[in-house]
Amino acid sequence: MTLNTNLKNILLVIFTTLFLSACSTAKKAGDIDGDVYTGKETVKFLAAGVPDRVFFATNKSSLTTASRATLRKQATFLRKNKNLNVTIEGHADERGTREYNLALGERRANAARDYLMTYGISGKRISVISYGKEKPVNPKSSPLAWSQNRRSVTVKVN
Amino acid sequence: MKKLIYILFINILILSKSHALIEIDITRGNLDPLPIAVSPLHVDIKSEEHNDIKIKNLGEDISKIIEQNFKNTGLFNPLKRDAFVQKPDIAHLKPRFEDWRLIKAQALVTGKLLIKDGKLKVEFRLWDLAAAKEMTALAFTTTPSNWRRVAHIISDKIYERLTGEEGYFDTRIIYVSETGPKNQRIKKLAIMDQDGFNTKYLTLGNELVLTPRFNPTNQMVTYMSYFRNMPRVYLLDIETGTQEVVGNFPGMTFAPRFSPDGKKIIMSFAKDGNSDIYTMDLETRVVERITEHSSIDTSPSFSPDGKFIAFNSDRSGLQQIYVMRSDGSNVKRVTFGKGIYGTPVWSPRGDLIAFTKMHKGRFYIGVMRTDGSGERLLTENYYQEAPSWSPNGRVLVFYRETKAGDRGEGFSAKLWSIDITGYNERKLSTKTDASDPSWSSLLSK
Repeated sequence: MTLNTNLKNILLVIFTTLFLSACSTAKKAGDIDGDVYTGKETVKFLAAGVPDRVFFATNKSSLTTASRATLRKQATFLRKNKNLNVTIEGHADERGTREYNLALGERRANAARDYLMTYGISGKRISVISYGKEKPVNPKSSPLAWSQNRRSVTVKVN
Repeated sequence: MKKLIYILFINILILSKSHALIEIDITRGNLDPLPIAVSPLHVDIKSEEHNDIKIKNLGEDISKIIEQNFKNTGLFNPLKRDAFVQKPDIAHLKPRFEDWRLIKAQALVTGKLLIKDGKLKVEFRLWDLAAAKEMTALAFTTTPSNWRRVAHIISDKIYERLTGEEGYFDTRIIYVSETGPKNQRIKKLAIMDQDGFNTKYLTLGNELVLTPRFNPTNQMVTYMSYFRNMPRVYLLDIETGTQEVVGNFPGMTFAPRFSPDGKKIIMSFAKDGNSDIYTMDLETRVVERITEHSSIDTSPSFSPDGKFIAFNSDRSGLQQIYVMRSDGSNVKRVTFGKGIYGTPVWSPRGDLIAFTKMHKGRFYIGVMRTDGSGERLLTENYYQEAPSWSPNGRVLVFYRETKAGDRGEGFSAKLWSIDITGYNERKLSTKTDASDPSWSSLLSK
């Protein structure tokens, strides 16, 4: 009986370990929080420590806490480089109708622009363009790729 | 290009108005297609040679196109010609009806052609074999290079006579040709006959182009282009190749479509993260704002009487279809089903709206009444959208994409069509991958 209970406990521990490790691998491979990409793949940098893009949830254009942190870094960078102008490119994933996605990309790019403006960057320095679903950064048809494609990217223009 | 556009001379010889025995009901899916024999058109030996065109084969070639058109409708069953019992010239004079009935044909098409003074002269007859009489006969003259159109016009006349509805064979489809890897697509405007022949490219692929749409009254096209990286709606005359930006908007314009009279373009204009619907009168250049709402309003489509506009909006949270008066008043949501809805397109007959529906990761093309009732989903797939109506409102053409692997491999975009009955789903042949189709009105109307 005791042996049996011990065995049970051991098995439980083994299962728990397996379960937890499975979770952590899934999270590592996924890099998705809810539906928003949180990983580093595909991300480029405007300067050291200043990521060029933020990611969005499906059909959404609201900024996450992480996105706002990224944009504040961009704002600081732009304040330091007063002669620099940028274009914000808004993108959508491939799982939506083309025309709606053009509008959605425009809304996402403007969400990023508005946030930069609240941190003191003149709107005159920031143009926006929407590419809808026309320029995926990751061509795969998978939830991970789609989350990487739902993005707004800040690009230097001069 | 011009000669392609000009309407052919059509002399009506006889148009039998008598009630025919054979009729096709196209309002339901036709599981019992009408057996029809299309005899090769007889080629008159007096025909002159004509450069590039093999006159000897022309009768056979034209009848093959007619057969293919009929086959594609799903409503007809063209019979194999090795079973044919009479020579084309004799059958054209007067068929031995009982012989044709023996091979189970119910209708027979006969004809002859001749090239004289550089002109192609064609006549054809449609025979009701059960009633043993002629149903329709037509003769017309055109330039020989138009011979494919001749076949399409004959197909239209026969379709009209047998179904009581206008045909859709002498039409073209404009679409976006796609080549290259998925994340570096090259997109060009392309146009082809509805049967996939005579493909022509209208742009070079230097800039991204999207959503071309025909003017329902002529051969003008409106589309969206990223020329100079400024996404704007353009107007293109496909006869002359001239094009111009539509309006002077300080931002992205997209999702263009013509009004039913062809005089206005309705489209979205995006400003500061908000897309609203506008019209521009092509003659007076007067711009009118139709919607004013903080949500996304896009994909507008006029009713054929011009009184209403169906459009896509996410004002309720997610994409749904709305209908309003053409002045923007009386906005009503019409889709309440499960899932989200996009790309409303009003049928040229006025009775239905075609749409794309997205639900649980699947995409559907469907139709519903204009108040949103009577929803019918015609086809389900991994990804498909952007229906466009045949000019008679019986068939929808749309595009479908496949799933891509790690590096985008396995991805394709193709044009498909389906009858609004939900039957006869069919892939259209295009030279390259293709998306965003728009069906023209009848060229010879």
